[in-house]
Amino acid sequence: MIRVLVSPAPIDVAEELAAAEAAGAGAVATFTGLVRADEHADGTVAVLELEHYPGGTERALEKLAAEATARWSLAAATIVHRVGPMRPGERIVFVAAAAPHRDAALDACAFLIDRLKTDAPFWKRETRGSSASWVEARDADDAAAARWGN
Amino acid sequence: MRILYFAWVREGVGTGEEEVDLPATVTTVAALIDWLATRSPAHAAAFAEPARLRAAVDQEFGPLDASVVGAAEVAIFPPVTGG
Repeated sequence: MIRVLVSPAPIDVAEELAAAEAAGAGAVATFTGLVRADEHADGTVAVLELEHYPGGTERALEKLAAEATARWSLAAATIVHRVGPMRPGERIVFVAAAAPHRDAALDACAFLIDRLKTDAPFWKRETRGSSASWVEARDADDAAAARWGN
Repeated sequence: MRILYFAWVREGVGTGEEEVDLPATVTTVAALIDWLATRSPAHAAAFAEPARLRAAVDQEFGPLDASVVGAAEVAIFPPVTGG
């Protein structure tokens, strides 16, 4: 089962987890990403806005989920990403991997979130006080994605 | 050909989407970016540093030397920052 959802609605983790568990595998690993309230000299993030490439984003995520499913023989691969404005503490992304055993589920889950960060067209824009700026890509994210190979 | 822009590239160019008739001499993403830069000062400013740009041809991510021949849609955008 591959489930990909890009939506401005809040992410319902319980519902997504239940769907992944219903795939019938022995292990489900999940990752939840939250909007951070980073501390900067110029103030904390008040609003984070996520822009995406409608159509292109879903296609990239489906490709990623299919790659993980083939590589780890997953029973379920779930990627849910929120877009639009959100506030610190809110869920921005949820991924789940269901596999026969824990090592495959954990590796596949890490693969999905690492590669999502470099391969899926999303862009973050932060608002701090009265100023807004686009978040710069991080070299560390490229390195994390690269450890999974091509 | 449909050209899409996202994030600060979209803001710099001043639109998220435009239709262009590409000269036959423009065959790669890099050449397309050079050609688009001639459309207006805003385009030129947004495309001033090609190393900061990424692209997708018909929704497939690719390098700047990827072919655009026969493509229906090319998206140009900054490095991605999701997750």
